Amino acid sequence: MSLLEARDVGKRYGPVVALDSADLSVDAGEVHALLGANGAGKSTFVKILTGVIQRDGGTVELRGEPVRLSSPAQAARIGLAPVFQDPALVPDLTVAQNVRLTGLSVDAVRARLREMDLDVDFTEQAADVPLPLLRMIDLARAMAHEPQLLLLDEITAALPSDLAERVFAVMQEWRRRGRSVLFITHRLAEVIAVCDRATVLRDGRDVGTVVPQEGGERQIVEHMLGPEAAQAEAKAVEVDETAGVDDGAAAGAGATTLELSELRVGSLAGVSFALRAGEILGIAALEGQGQDDLFAALAGERRTEGGEIRVAGKTLRPRHPYDAVRAGLVLVPADRLLALLPQRSVRENIAAPRYNRLARWGPINPRDERRRVGTAIDALQIDTRAQRQVRRLSGGNQQKVTIARWLASGFRTLLCFDPTRGIDVGTKRQIYALLRRLADDGAAILFFSSELSEFPLVCDRVLTLFGGRITGELAGEGADEASLLRAMHGLVEEVAV
Amino acid sequence: MTTAAATGVRPRGGQSAGRLARRHGWTVGVYVLLLVLVLYWSTIPAKWGSFDVQSLAIDTLPLAFAAMAQSVVIISGGIDLSIGSLISLVNVVSAKYMIDTGFRHALLLAALLLLGSAAAGAFTGSLIVVSRVPDIVVTLAMLFVWAGLALEVLQIPGGGAPLPYLQLGTGHWWSQWIPSGLVILLLGFAVFWLPLRWARPGLALYSVGSNRNAAYLSGVGVARTRIFAYALGGLFGGLAGLALTATSGIGDPNAGQYYTLNSVAAAVLGGVSLVGGVGGLIGPIAAAFVVTLVKTMLILKGVDQNWAQVIQGSLIIVVVMIGGLAIRQRRRA
Repeated sequence: MSLLEARDVGKRYGPVVALDSADLSVDAGEVHALLGANGAGKSTFVKILTGVIQRDGGTVELRGEPVRLSSPAQAARIGLAPVFQDPALVPDLTVAQNVRLTGLSVDAVRARLREMDLDVDFTEQAADVPLPLLRMIDLARAMAHEPQLLLLDEITAALPSDLAERVFAVMQEWRRRGRSVLFITHRLAEVIAVCDRATVLRDGRDVGTVVPQEGGERQIVEHMLGPEAAQAEAKAVEVDETAGVDDGAAAGAGATTLELSELRVGSLAGVSFALRAGEILGIAALEGQGQDDLFAALAGERRTEGGEIRVAGKTLRPRHPYDAVRAGLVLVPADRLLALLPQRSVRENIAAPRYNRLARWGPINPRDERRRVGTAIDALQIDTRAQRQVRRLSGGNQQKVTIARWLASGFRTLLCFDPTRGIDVGTKRQIYALLRRLADDGAAILFFSSELSEFPLVCDRVLTLFGGRITGELAGEGADEASLLRAMHGLVEEVAV
Repeated sequence: MTTAAATGVRPRGGQSAGRLARRHGWTVGVYVLLLVLVLYWSTIPAKWGSFDVQSLAIDTLPLAFAAMAQSVVIISGGIDLSIGSLISLVNVVSAKYMIDTGFRHALLLAALLLLGSAAAGAFTGSLIVVSRVPDIVVTLAMLFVWAGLALEVLQIPGGGAPLPYLQLGTGHWWSQWIPSGLVILLLGFAVFWLPLRWARPGLALYSVGSNRNAAYLSGVGVARTRIFAYALGGLFGGLAGLALTATSGIGDPNAGQYYTLNSVAAAVLGGVSLVGGVGGLIGPIAAAFVVTLVKTMLILKGVDQNWAQVIQGSLIIVVVMIGGLAIRQRRRA
């Protein structure tokens, strides 16, 4: 029996089509995945279904009744409760105040959190609550509305795996009670494990509904990328993988560009390693093991408290990101909007880092700028249809712009901190290939990711970080999830014994 | 599926005393500053007594209401530059029509003016919400509108009000040490703010100032709430205008100018963040007393008027800077 029936739903912003014409049918008692590449229109669809934005065309029916929503509050009243990608808790209010703001009872939400075995201090200000827990409170708040349909937009992206498991338990509970869940994620393994059906969007249209357990990952990816693109991608990956093997051997020959000895900063308790030109070195760690401090120190955002950073043999004590950039250390952060000027154009964003050298006073040479920017855009295959303002680009394209900035201005060592967070499979592969190409051209790359499956695809070597120390080193090919997890929990010694 | 990982995601256990200090430290600080200033002030005149307290209350009352008006708007994420001239307008209208009337008539007119000023605030807020022009631009434009209307009502200072009405602002109740203005101030705070502060409208006010998108996604009517904030600001502005009539005894079309930026100063000094979502009204009330008291003391000390302004400005910078440094220290700890 169908709970939600959406037909020909569309939304456009001026010339940009966010959602062209998409159908979606969610049955009662079903966990339904909504999949698609970045910019395919998933978030737009969810926002339409929950009254955040209004659709331009199409129909939406809930239990056979046509609905037109004008606000999220109204959606919650008729049984549609969302958890959005961005946290919906007001930072300056306490958790309890945030609950009351939605008109819910604090006890109901507290009970929900207890069921998930989470102990939350409701008098704490939301700004002081760690992000993963904030997502869980968001979820508990949505559940307390007792919705018929729970819409979860990328809720697992910011969650460690134990919390993600609890989200899956909630989804199963909802199914057991004859209610439904619409689940958006980029992690296909999750889809196969927990979803009954999956609808795939491509370029703002639905291109098929599949049963993940039957068709598997491959079928979903084919739908997401389109048949021809999928074949091309598969080939590209094969080529990359062979290139990666060659490179592993070549990496040994590169000169050491970055060397840390007993670096201490924040929760980092003495870390040493060397990174060579042409090498991609992975850093794998659970939430909060010091990886943030490591990258912040290298990018010049935090002062070191002990130990040494040596760049090409010379000691570096960055006191400002400018010092790091000048030494050739550049950062690609997970939150792209931290690095970009969202209201400015793609071109200005790419050109901006070039203008912070004082030697470059005087007028900008527009022809030179266009040429460099154009080269970078071509190299990264940035989709420039919405290039007037970077904030209008999809997440994947924004991340490409952050890399392109450094490509246009020159660097030696790229610090990638979870560069593919919230990016679709197709663009992810492009980014992996791009990183490999940069390494082949002599760049050194330090790579952190919260997705363990990326390490064997991307890295030559992987170091695991636990409690602020390095607990293990694995070769790129050998870095499967099981070995990584063991080392990430600091279990290597015990295993060795 | 990956195996479950122990992640150490637990809320930081909060010591309630530390948290209380963190949340209310600024307000407590402003009151301590006020206390210190009062103690020092009481040593300056040869014979300091209830009369001095009385005149401080008289001088502060309109600014205290103006600071409350500004704080409400700033907390909701806006700023109201028109508040000073709205105060002028209410001041001249009340003074023009209260003169030669009875007390009851005056109170009725005051009630009507409060409704009118709330409506004026709501109008400004609606303009901002509907036009999507930034708050600062719309309220700057409204500054000229209200100022022009005020001059239209009274070209030169004049008018008046019946004696019992003036007593509301300048008298004292129960004891010589309890100025009536102070009681009115607390009454205005208790009637128009306290019931809201911990109820949904108050939470909504803070939420739109803190993160508009999150508030919207939480089901808050953002447009409605912002208009409400300006209406409430208008109401407090109306109280300021009426207080100005009661304390000065006349209507002056230019009297409100003083409050436009001094209300912002008092709000900031009182712990209201210009970013929105942070602060309350208790701090700004004390800050209004601080601002007025500093001025009074400098006059008592015989400091040149121009230098008095320099000192006042420096004081605000120093206090806000110390507060900012304290917050940064805490973040690091």
